[in-house]
Amino acid sequence: MPHAIETHQLTKTYNSLKAVDTLNIAVESGEIFGLLGPNGAGKTTAISMLCTILKPTSGTATVNGFDIVREANKVRKSIGIVFQEPSVDDRLTGRENLYMHANLYGVPASEQKERINRILKLVELEDRADDLLRTYSGGMRRRLELGRGLIHYPKVLFLDEPTVGLDPQTRDHIWKYIKELKEAHDITVVLTTHYMDEADRLSDRIAIMDHGKIVVLDSPSKLKETLEGDVITVRANNIQTLSELVNKWLGLSQTHVVDDALEITVRNGKAVMPRIMELATQNNVYVESLLLRQPNLEDVFLHYTGKSIREDTGKELHGMAAIQRRAIK
Amino acid sequence: MSELRGLYTLWLREIKRFMRDRTRLVSMFIQPLLWLVIFGAGFGLHFALPNLSYQQVIFPGIVGQTLLFTSMFMGISVLWDKEFGFMKEILVSPVSRLTIFLGKMIGDSTSSFLQGIMVFVIGIALQIPIDPVTVLYALPIMLLITFGLVSIGLTIASLIGTLESFGAIQTFINLPLFFLSGALFPLKGPGISLPSWLTTVATWNPLTYGVDALRSVVLGNAWGTSLQIQPLWIDIGIITLFDAIMIAIGTWAFTRMK
Ligand SMILES: Nc1ncnc2c1ncn2[C@@H]1O[C@H](COP(=O)(O)OP(=O)(O)OP(=O)(O)O)[C@@H](O)[C@H]1O
Ligand SMILES: [Mg+2]
Repeated sequence: MPHAIETHQLTKTYNSLKAVDTLNIAVESGEIFGLLGPNGAGKTTAISMLCTILKPTSGTATVNGFDIVREANKVRKSIGIVFQEPSVDDRLTGRENLYMHANLYGVPASEQKERINRILKLVELEDRADDLLRTYSGGMRRRLELGRGLIHYPKVLFLDEPTVGLDPQTRDHIWKYIKELKEAHDITVVLTTHYMDEADRLSDRIAIMDHGKIVVLDSPSKLKETLEGDVITVRANNIQTLSELVNKWLGLSQTHVVDDALEITVRNGKAVMPRIMELATQNNVYVESLLLRQPNLEDVFLHYTGKSIREDTGKELHGMAAIQRRAIK
Repeated sequence: MSELRGLYTLWLREIKRFMRDRTRLVSMFIQPLLWLVIFGAGFGLHFALPNLSYQQVIFPGIVGQTLLFTSMFMGISVLWDKEFGFMKEILVSPVSRLTIFLGKMIGDSTSSFLQGIMVFVIGIALQIPIDPVTVLYALPIMLLITFGLVSIGLTIASLIGTLESFGAIQTFINLPLFFLSGALFPLKGPGISLPSWLTTVATWNPLTYGVDALRSVVLGNAWGTSLQIQPLWIDIGIITLFDAIMIAIGTWAFTRMK
């Protein structure tokens, strides 16, 4: 099957900063492709180029077989996008926003009403559909935007942090719908998110990006397997000392401090746990709890970027702040 | 076909936004009213044209002024759309940049045109002698005038980044265009001698021909050949040419917009 997206040495530079650095990826047709990475990794920049909003500094890419520079118009016809930043008209009602989108994307007039009603139901905005958007809450606007991106059944759908600021139920509905959509219409989805559970549940493959480059690319289960081993989480009264001790014993790269707890990735967790207790007692560190678990996607992220996704909460704040800023206006 | 639908959609959006903007609807009453009452009545004392009151002479000028100010101001919609992110939704859609430009331009022109019509309502309310039939002739001319002027506003807004600089540039363009268009005084006629620089600038001012055409239509025979800058059909030709050039430039500006 031909690739839905192919990039060849795709690069975008801002002054001296390489926001996207010689990116080479191939997204299979019909897959959900997760693009993860810390703030500023270049995810949005990469998506903007693929959506033809931004011209690459160098390199090329095709979307649905069309060149993003030479055939920008054909690319635009075949894609849908939910932007990271707000992009609705708040002087129009929710329904008006959807109709406008349907018309701009050439959805047949006879189908518009039915599709729009279905979308409104999906994002649970039926009862607010005829209110001006400026009276919506931040999360409601986000839901409308998400619904909007789905109206015209695009072949490739870009979702740039689509579920930021949404409550758990809505996120769950959206996930289900994205999966359904993909199966029913054979849509390819490129998804960026800072929610690891979301990426894990939805993505067929995940690329982790940092400093404009892909660090690793594989299926979620493979990524977790390659971490090879178990994660031991230790809570203790003196994390710092314990961390130094374990580092000395095991080598630096295997421990991280996350949320006041020490996380240690090792081959055979069961055998290591008693040794950690021993190490702690010998050095007067009091261990409060000890937990053994399989690595999750967050550990994978941590492993490859050296950053915890939780350190990234600034991003989420940013997204919410942007929504609130809009609400004020 | 789908381009046409896109055009209609974008046009409708501008109209809806305009109609929902209460402050703008109110302010569009106030400004022309003040000009016609205070300026028109106050300065009439020093004005002597047979058969015409000063209020009558500046009435088409105030229509032109309203079209100018409101049209130029419409450019702000581009900046708002950029600020609120909505521009991205339009720019990434499959409709062409020409359609995007035309949709916005015709939509904003319609809004500006409606404000021009309000001036006629005010004029009639103030009992300025206006033949209702002439209003019908004035309408297409007004629409024609707004196309070019709105295009200037949209072009400037799409080339510059911020609301502040847009405001500054706007004033910088609006006032000279207004004062040097003959909106407030006849540019030629018996006993009228203006400095030659002023006449030259007015010759290159598109609004001059807009105001002149409106006067030819609204004032009829009283605005005879001795006062006309150009015969009506030449006025209209010049405005049309100006529109065509500005639309081309505007479309170019929209093509470059990110
Ligand atoms: N218009 C711009 N001018 C200058 N630098 C920019 C511009 N847009 C993005 N950058 C820079 O490019 C880099 C990548 O930004 P990008 O928005 O692609 O990150 P991201 O991976 O989407 O991050 P986030 O998770 O915060 O959304 C950042 O260092 C950012 O500062
Ligand atoms: Mg981003």
